[in-house]
Amino acid sequence: MAIRKGRGVAAINYPTGMNLGGDPSQALVHSTPTGNFMVSLSSVDLGQGLKQVMAQICAETIGVPTDLVTIDTADTDTGPHCMGTFASRGTHRIGNAVRQAAEEARQVMLEVAADELEVNASDLDTDGTGNIHVKGAPQKSISIFDTALAAHFKRGRSISGRGMFLVPRSFPETETGAMKPATCYAHACVVADVEVDDETGEVTVVSVKNVYEVGRALNPKMVEQQLVGGSWMGISHALYETTEPYYPNREHGGTDFNQYLMPGPGDLAATETIVIERPAADGPYGAKGVGEMCANPQIPALANAIFDAVGVRIDSMPITPERILRALKAQAGEMRTG
Amino acid sequence: MARVPVQFTLNGEERAEFIESGTTLLHALRDTMGDTSPKGGCQQGTCGACSVIVDGELRLSCLTLAQTCEGAAIETTAGLAAGGVLHPLQRAIMDGFAAQCGFCTPGMIMAAKALLDHTPNPTREDVIEAISGNVCRCTGYEPIIAAVLAAARSNSQNAG
Ligand code: FES
Ligand code: FES
Repeated sequence: MAIRKGRGVAAINYPTGMNLGGDPSQALVHSTPTGNFMVSLSSVDLGQGLKQVMAQICAETIGVPTDLVTIDTADTDTGPHCMGTFASRGTHRIGNAVRQAAEEARQVMLEVAADELEVNASDLDTDGTGNIHVKGAPQKSISIFDTALAAHFKRGRSISGRGMFLVPRSFPETETGAMKPATCYAHACVVADVEVDDETGEVTVVSVKNVYEVGRALNPKMVEQQLVGGSWMGISHALYETTEPYYPNREHGGTDFNQYLMPGPGDLAATETIVIERPAADGPYGAKGVGEMCANPQIPALANAIFDAVGVRIDSMPITPERILRALKAQAGEMRTG
Repeated sequence: MARVPVQFTLNGEERAEFIESGTTLLHALRDTMGDTSPKGGCQQGTCGACSVIVDGELRLSCLTLAQTCEGAAIETTAGLAAGGVLHPLQRAIMDGFAAQCGFCTPGMIMAAKALLDHTPNPTREDVIEAISGNVCRCTGYEPIIAAVLAAARSNSQNAG
């Protein structure tokens, strides 16, 4: 009877978005009379920061400070269509739609500014702080505030744009089965160190070292917080969480979140998280989906670490002490009979 | 059911209301007093989202009858940003990106405040102990622990 140490490694590819009936999201952008920009979406921010990142994408594309952009995700009945916030698709799909809508709105904005300045729209650029100027002649400029006023009250233009991003459904080729279910993939690799008590079956996660490749981190602090939370969640999926814990009868199982196990603040593994950025060719400013991917690689890494520690392969989740002890017992039985 | 009067101070303000007898403090605060900062997660004492401070002690408002708080001083997260200035804990949670969906955050902040009120310079173990009754689905806890320690440091710098 001893505490046994083990180390496991796992690497994953994770597709961004899904491939069911096609995967679309739409966005509408318009300016207010004073040059603030509204982005209308049906997409929901679950706390991962979708609104912040969409505001950044819109602001970057139009050329205004982020705080001039308001994201309205009020109502799926009346907003432009979105498949939803799931499948790690938000930043990529909705971000691409917002970018396209913002590009169209920017074009109208530059046309109005060009009329006001009596120059060509293609000669104009934005400075990112709320002004439009002639390229190479920054003294010839107009504020976005004045441009929006002119559009509304003088020129009769709507500074607005429509955005649509669709990854069409991919069907497998009949002959080969080849298909393209996703347009880009995030990647991760995890090294997990564990200690397994071979008497009680208890697993202590000593450390997890995560490397995530996320495309481009549009908001690095929010990417980090999602990765740190996700890494913890991956450990939780691997070792704790289930709505169907093993009991002889289903009626003996948990009925409530009361009986739903998750690791608490006292059970944290030493965690290291490194981000690698390889921008996706079709991502908005290179972004990929990181949401679900970050909670996945810990699971195989821990299963491998437990195998390394005590020599049993557990192939159902969560890897509870009970499952480990049963596997150890089966293994010992095999050894006797074999 | 009979309606009964309750009277207490909520974040320093005198409040007197009639509530249904047997109403929990959580529901009295949210439904009658209009303070929705305490959250009803499990409503059976296991998640900590409803944490408030009653007469200086951390309490689960879902397991506390409002009538038992007669004359008490009740603190919730809604009262922390006095005069529009964020409390050091709120600032540290923001700066440390220690909230995602935010559902656990008011309860976490009250649990942490109860700790810092009694133990201004806590160890990491003290912080873990203090928030161990509070469930968070999103953050993995580490950013919250770091934020509480950062708030304690900024408090002691301001005091010193
Ligand atoms: S709502 Fe009170 S502990 Fe969960
Ligand atoms: S931030 Fe979502 S539960 Fe803690």
